[in-house]
Order: sequence, then C-alpha cells, then structure tokens
Amino acid sequence: MIKAVMVMNTQGKPRLAKFFDFLPVEKQQELIRRVFGVLCSRPENVSNFIEAESIFGPDSRLVYNHFATLYFVVVFDSSENELVMLDLIQLLVQQTLERCFKNVCELDIVFNYSKIHTILDEIILGGQVLETRSTEIMRAVEEISKLEAATNAISFIPKSASSWLSR
Amino acid sequence: MGSQGGFYQSKEFLDLVKSIGEARSKAEEDRIVLSEIETLKRRISEPDTPKRKMKEYIIRLVYVEMLGHDASFGYIHAVKMTHDDTLLVKRTGYLAVTLFLNEDHDLIILIVNTIQKDLKSDNYLVVCVALNAVCKLINEETIPAVLPQIVELLAHPKEAVRKKAIMALHRFYQKSPSSVSHLVSNFRKRLCDNDPGVMGATLCPLFDLITNDVNSYKDLVISFVSILKQVAERRLPKAYDYHQMPAPFIQIKLLKILALLGSGDKQASENMYTVVGDIFRKCDSSSNIGNAVLYECICCVSSIYPNPKLLESAADAISRFLKSDSHNLKYMGIDALGRLIKISPEIAEQHQLAVIDCLEDPDDTLKRKTFELLYKMTKSTNVEVIVDRMIDYMISINDNHYKTEIASRCVELAEQFAPSNQWFIQTMNKVFEHAGDLVNIKVAHNLMRLIAEGFGEDDNTADSQLRSSAVESYLYILGEPKLPSVFLQVICWVLGEYGTADGKYSASYITGKLCDVAEAYSNDETVKAYAVTALMKIYAFEIAAGRMVDMLPECHSLMEEFLASHSTDLQQRAYELQAVIGLDAHAVESIMPSDASCEDIEVDKALSFLNGYIQESIEKGAQPYIPESERSGMLNISNFRNQDHHEASSHGLRFEAYELPKQTVQARIPPASLASTELVPVPEPVYPRESYQTTTVPSVSSDAASTELKLRLDGVQKKWGRQTHFPSTSTSNSTSQKTVNGITQVDGSNTANSRTRETYDSRKQVEISPEKQKLAASLFGGPSKTEKKSATGHKSSKPSSHMVKSHAPKSSMEVASEKTSPVQQPPDLLDFGEPTVKSTAPSLDPFKDLEGLLEPTTQVSSAVNHSSTAAVTKSPDIMGLYTETPAGAHHKDSDILSGLSNSPMTNMVGGTTTMQVAQTSKSPNLKDSLEKDALVRQMGVTPSSQNPNLFKDLLG
Repeated sequence: MIKAVMVMNTQGKPRLAKFFDFLPVEKQQELIRRVFGVLCSRPENVSNFIEAESIFGPDSRLVYNHFATLYFVVVFDSSENELVMLDLIQLLVQQTLERCFKNVCELDIVFNYSKIHTILDEIILGGQVLETRSTEIMRAVEEISKLEAATNAISFIPKSASSWLSR
Repeated sequence: MGSQGGFYQSKEFLDLVKSIGEARSKAEEDRIVLSEIETLKRRISEPDTPKRKMKEYIIRLVYVEMLGHDASFGYIHAVKMTHDDTLLVKRTGYLAVTLFLNEDHDLIILIVNTIQKDLKSDNYLVVCVALNAVCKLINEETIPAVLPQIVELLAHPKEAVRKKAIMALHRFYQKSPSSVSHLVSNFRKRLCDNDPGVMGATLCPLFDLITNDVNSYKDLVISFVSILKQVAERRLPKAYDYHQMPAPFIQIKLLKILALLGSGDKQASENMYTVVGDIFRKCDSSSNIGNAVLYECICCVSSIYPNPKLLESAADAISRFLKSDSHNLKYMGIDALGRLIKISPEIAEQHQLAVIDCLEDPDDTLKRKTFELLYKMTKSTNVEVIVDRMIDYMISINDNHYKTEIASRCVELAEQFAPSNQWFIQTMNKVFEHAGDLVNIKVAHNLMRLIAEGFGEDDNTADSQLRSSAVESYLYILGEPKLPSVFLQVICWVLGEYGTADGKYSASYITGKLCDVAEAYSNDETVKAYAVTALMKIYAFEIAAGRMVDMLPECHSLMEEFLASHSTDLQQRAYELQAVIGLDAHAVESIMPSDASCEDIEVDKALSFLNGYIQESIEKGAQPYIPESERSGMLNISNFRNQDHHEASSHGLRFEAYELPKQTVQARIPPASLASTELVPVPEPVYPRESYQTTTVPSVSSDAASTELKLRLDGVQKKWGRQTHFPSTSTSNSTSQKTVNGITQVDGSNTANSRTRETYDSRKQVEISPEKQKLAASLFGGPSKTEKKSATGHKSSKPSSHMVKSHAPKSSMEVASEKTSPVQQPPDLLDFGEPTVKSTAPSLDPFKDLEGLLEPTTQVSSAVNHSSTAAVTKSPDIMGLYTETPAGAHHKDSDILSGLSNSPMTNMVGGTTTMQVAQTSKSPNLKDSLEKDALVRQMGVTPSSQNPNLFKDLLG
C-alpha cells in the first residue's frame, strides 16, 4: 500500500502532500521536514531508494526522484515494489504532467494545485495504484477541465482540451 | 500562462504563491500566510460570496494548510460545498474534505448523507468523486450506510466507476474485514470483468485477501496463471503497454499473488513454472519497468516451490542487476540475492565481489541493504568479518534508529556465532563503546554473566584468561573520554569482581581507576553505585587474602562524599563499604567470597542458625518472640504469656517459606512447530531467548573450533542445503545450531560447487586485488589455499580484515572502474524524453505452437475442473470478452484471439505438457546459447586454457 505522495522543492517547501492514512497537519509537516532532511543530504548518482523506517515507522520505504527543482516522493510498504514506485513517479511526471503542461515546472504544480490532486486521485486511490494508462488519466482530467472551462466566465480552451474536442 | 488548463485560479492566488516563494525567512512566510488566513476568514463568512470565488478560497485554504497552518475554521465551508449541485464546486468541496478531515471527524456525519445521494447520481463523474471521498472518509461505523450502493456500483456500466467501487470495497475490507466478509466473492467475480482495468484493480484486494488466507484461494491459481500468460503474450489492448512492456503493472501484481499462492505448495507452483519462465525470457531489461517485472519474477521464484530452471534464470537476472551501473538495480539485486540464497545458497559466492563493492558504495541505502544481506548469510566462518564491518559502519553513522538496529544485530550475531570468547568480549566492547546508550540493558547483563560463567566447561584456565583479557581491555578503554553509562556499569562490575583476580594489577591500581570513574561520571548515580560496590569487593578480597588495606586518599574523599549523598542507595553502599573494611579476614571472606557471583546463594529461610542463640536467651529469661498478628488486640501480653506460647506452637507458626511460584520452563524453549515452519532452519535468537542463547554459545564455538577446517568447506551447504526447503528435522534451536556448525555432510552438490569455485578463483586471480580477495574469502568462505590459511585462526584472520579496512576503498574503486566498462547503459531516470527501447517482439512463441496440441485435451480438463467455481471456469474467457471493449485497437490481435476461443481450462492442462515441450525444444536453441556466451563475456570471463571447464559450468 502507498502511504503518501509528496512533492517538495529543493528548498524543502512542500508543493503537494497527500497522505493516504489521515495524519494531523503538524505530523505531516514534521514528516515532510524530515524527508527533506534526508533527501538533501543524499549525494548525486546514488539510488532513488531510502530506508524510511526511522521516519515513517516499521515497514516503510521511500522512493524519490528529482526533476529540475522538485523532489517527487512516494512512501509505501513492503507490498509494493521499489522500481514500480519509481515508474509511478515517471508516469506522473513524464506521461501525465508533461502532457498537461508542456515542460512542466514547479510553478505549474503550485498554480494548478487542485488539478494535480485530481490527477493523483486518478492514479492512486486509497493507497492502491488504480490506473496506469496515461491516456485514461488524461481523458479523465480533461473531462473535468472541459467542464470547468465551460463554466468559467473567462473561458479559454487550452491546447490539450482542444485536441480532445477535435477527436 | 497557457498551462492552467481549466482549473482556473485567480490572480490573488498567484500573488500569494509568489509572495510566499519570495519570502526570505520562515517568519516572513508565516506573516504572509497568517494575513492570508485573516483575509480568507473574512471573505468566506461573507453571506453571498459567488460560488466560483468560494471554490477558490477553499483551494487557497487547502494550500495554506499544506504549508502547516491551521485552517479548521474553513472545514465547515468545505463540507457545505460538497452539498452543491454544480459538479465543479462539489469536486472542490470533496477534495478539501478528503484532505482536511479524518474519518472520525465530527463533520463526517454531515457528509455521509451527501455521499449517499451522490453515489446514486446519473452523472458518473459525480459518482467517481463521491467514491474518492468514500475511500478516505468512511469509517467502520458508517460503512453500512454506503455499502449497498457501493455493491450496486460494482456493476456500473462505466469501467471507471467499477474500478473505484472495487477500491472502495477494498478500503472497507482494510478498515473492517468483518463488515464486508460476505461480499468477498464480488472480487472473484470482478476478476472476470470485461475491462482489463477493472480486472487489474481487483488484483489489489485479492492480494490482500490472499495474504491473509492463502488456502481459500488456491482454486484461483489456474485463473491467475492464465491471465498472466495472456497479458505476457500481449493480448491486452495496446493502451496498457508501458515502455513497450505489456501491462507491466498488472504482471507485477499477478506475480506477487502467484508468489503467495505457490509458497510451499508444489502442486500450485508447478502450474506457474511455464509462465514465469516465459516472462523471464520476454522481459526487456533495458527499461526500468522491465527490471521491475524481472525483480518480481525473482521474488516469485524464490517464494514458490523451487524449480532448477527458474532458479537459474533468477540467478542470471540477479547477476545482471548486480553488474549494472545503476544503484537502483544494484539495490534490487542485493535484495533479490537475499531472497534467493535461502533456496540456493551457492549463488551468493559468484557475486561476492559485487556484494563487496556495494558494501563500499557511497550510497547509504545500498550499504544498508547489503548489511541486511550479510546479516542473513552470517555463519561461524565469516562472523568476524561481517560483524567488524557492521561495527565500522555503526560508528560512522548518526542515525540513532539504524544505529540501534545494527548494534542489536551485531550483538545477536556475536552471541550466536562467536568463534572465541575473547573475540566476543572485544566485539561487545566496541558495540558498547559506540552505541552503549542504544542497546538493551539486558545485553549488558548478559555480557557480565558470560564473563562470570565463562565457557560453562570445567576449564578454569580458559575462564580466567577470558576474565584477564576483559579486565585488561576495560582498563585500556577507561582511558577514553566519554563512555556510555551501560558500558561503565559493566566495566565497574568486572573490575570489582576480577580486577585483582589474576594478580597482574594491584588493588590500589584498580581502586584508583574505579575512583576515577566515580569522579568522572559524577552525575550518573548508577555508575557511582556500581563503582562503590566494586571498591568494596576489591577491599574485601584484599582483606580476605590477609593483606593490609591501604585506602587511597581519593577513595577516602569519595567515601565521605557518598556517606553524605542525597541518594540513599549510594549512602547505604558507602556505609556497607565502611563496615566491611572494619571486619576481620574471616568474616569478610564469608560475606564477600571471591569469584562467587554465579554461585547459588543458599538462604536459610528458617534462620535455624539462630536457634542456639535463642535458646540461650530464653534460658536467661528473655521473652520469646510473638508474631505481630497475635500481638495485636492484646492488652497485657505478659498475663497470657504461657498460654500464648502454647498457642503459638499449636497454631504452628509457618516457618517454611511459601512455595516458590512455578516457573514456566517451556517458555524458554522455542516451540518446535515454530522452528519447523521456517523456510530455512536458521536460528535467529530474539531478546527474550537471550539467556538460553548464551548458554549455548560456548558449546557451539568449541564445536566450531574443533571442526574448523571442515567448516570452511561445508558450512555453506549445511546452512542453506537444498533439501532445507521443507525443514523437517530441526525441532529446537539448539539442534539446528549443531547441525549448522558441527555435522559435516557430503552431498552431491558439493563437488559441483567446488568446481565452480575453482573457476571463479581463476577469474579472481586475473583482476582482483589481494586485499579484496581476502575480504571476499573471509566473507564467503572462499576456498583458495592462501585464503584458507588466513581464515583458519582468528588471530591471523583479524589482521587481514583490518588490512582490508584500510586499503579496500582505494582498490575497490580501481576494480570497479575496470569491471564496469562492458555493462550496458542503464536507463537514465532523469531523462525526460521517451526512453529508446528496442522492440522485443517475441521471436518464438511456444504457446502458439501448442494451442493446436491442446485442443483434444479440452474435454478431459473440463471434467477435471468440474468442481471449480464459476470464477475459475470463466476466467480464460476474459480475453474473448476484451475484444468487445471499444477502447483498444484490436485489429492486430484478432487472429490470435480467435485461437483462444477453445473452451475453458486448456491452459491449465497445457501447464505440464508445455513444460516438457519447452524444455526439449530449448536445448538445440542456438540463440539461447549465444546469448549466454555473450553474458559470460560480459561478466568479464574469457575462455582460456586455464579454465577449460568454465563454459561447461556456466552453460551446462
């Protein structure tokens, strides 16, 4: 089971935090801080895995990936496979976010906070990987984007949505 | 900014984010956020805020809370938003409540009703959103409120809804298994869903269910195998491909499930061999996900009933992982190796150098994983090197959590495998010195007992040698500036007990040291108490030996201090010391006998030695003792004296002690059933068993000493021998230990093994530095003559390991750079572009040929499986059903699928036949052997006249 997904920048500022078992805000903050503490002390060119038992309690592992100014972190237990979790981050970043926002950057994630949550909800539900087809994820997200665009006063159709319409 | 899509945010939000981003200090950031909270508070409670604005405020609130600030004032507004009719507002409301609230929050009750309503909505997007919330917000009590609707949704026409409904049901199962126990069959049904995505989702709950109860799902083995086979043969729509792999996420889940189902079940495992072997062959090891599948295959192979062919493939995959440049793959390789050595221990040997490289890697995670592996493969022949390494690492890290863990592992290994007591003491000293405050206090008590009891044999010289060496090492260690309290307690106790025993050190020297300790750690009462008692023992031994006691001046001042101490314990000890010093030699000897710490103290509970004295006193006219119970309520004792005396005797004062509580002896012996269920009879003591362990240590180590030479050769087989998959013999801890260390059996694999060793040796001689060789030899019990010499005695192996420590890092770097050149490029994980993956269209497909063969057996099989459940008989049809799904492009697959239309269960029967055919068709396969050749060359081995057997061994 996946315990948490976090996105934070290289300064340790949280950009997204999703805990699949409820934790109080203070605890979340502490965990993010400690994870960052470990992440920033990692040398270059080492594995993307960290033993996280001292932070998240027994039977917890952590996989992270570093893209530009952001760390993507997934915390999970022994029922998942580290390499798969690494690919899940790839899936999220390269196959989904990259398509949603061309050349995704930190600002995209901050400004589209709720959209990222929607995307994550499509991929992971209740701590289990639900969907791994990027086409499906994109479709679900665009469906909502379209609705939103239609109701908004200042409506402009983004690239992705227009391609969806033309289908 | 064109990237915003439909999720519109206002400029205000952008400004907020920007100003937070530009904040130069935490305080400044807090100020900005707090003022934002004030704004939000004001605006949110304004009566007619437009919905669109409201939505944005809530998002901002979520953001603020993520930054660690309290946003609870807005929770109720988020709840209100979930009631809204507009989907978008509702979505935002649900998003906020799932992030804000836990399942036991008071506000949940206000949402349950809305969720119920939304689950019935016609708009499937609303249903999906409600299901998301269900997964997060419904607790045990509210499950019944939504359960019927969730079950209904399992048959919803939209697959997205069905998927989420399954996840919701799974979540319920996790929270309260009993609440959905009657609905578990739904998961089986959904396994045959038309949509592969739904089927894939169903694997998550099934994995959990099977983990908890394997036996109820054995009937699904066939179904899982056939699904996996079809997935691996690319029968799923193209959309499921990921990096050119066919639905790898589903494959991995299925492999995990098969690993559970096949564990210890030969029959079930046999059904899996073909498909797992297939996946091994088809896996594309150039992509990350391909390696993930490979790794999962290895896990599966090491969990199910062993199959030599698959074990071979697994070993190949592991060596590819370990030779990779990628740290991730090395990590997975080490982990996989740890799993596989349980079944085939001999494979550890061929990877010894890779393992050592990992041990010296700058990556902490990899290092720890490697220590875990070493911990698993520790035996009496390599314990010294492994524990030395562990301690070195333990000293170098700051992480207390891991330090504690590794310290307790060191202690455990040392207790279990110590080759000599001296080594044991030295090791414990190091552990205590560097992690003393982290280890369990019991470990300290254990150490004291070991020193006191010695080997448990009647060999007093060895015992006294042990004590002398302990005393000597402690006197040396006391020079260190700051020692942990627990360790000091051990030191004080041992110095007091044995400091002067061998006559090497004078009493004044030892007492001086003890006084130093008490002064240096003056704020540690426990250490001071230990020191005083130790002083008392030293003086008592001196007096008993008839020597004059000359108390040191610092000792005098220390005593004065303690006599006035606030601690009553210290005071009492000090007074006792004073009293003892004043006594004569005879009395002292009886109160403080030397080296009697483990003698049983006989307590005369009846105080019979006083009888004479009492008699004398009574004769002199003293009043006899009247028990308190009889005294009470009596006004005049003397009047009733005689009567009383009489009564007392007739009542029979209970002089004999109450019966001792019976100790449960059984608890100390590990139950036999427990030991025999273990996959491999590796004795793994835990703390409660400690006392038991220490007593066995001496005998074990002496065993090891007597048969040492043989052990070098046979230890490996003994511990992980092939037949150990079902350990039937090991009944208790002690017997299994004996088998490990004592008995040397010669079995068939021995000769084969030594042959492989030779070849590896010849390879080693070419490229490996001698230090590394030595390390490898001591770790893995390598066989070459020079290595053996260095490993036969602890004395001589010690320096070798030290030498390695100082030289190894440099040499390993050189070796690594030499070795790594031919290894293929791993996928660059940071690369944003699509990884270039060679398309690996399966060139030959054994199953395709077989499908014709299987046709006639259909009838038999359906008869055989007559009793299986609907789910089973239905499952092979799945792929036929997939053709109906509109999503995928099927034109390519259609001809294959038509071949699949043969009636159920063909695959199962195919299982065994296919195996044979596959095996016979494999041997003449030129391509395979060429691949192997390439692999061997990649491993850096070139055939030469020196190693003619090399290819025979590797290629079989």
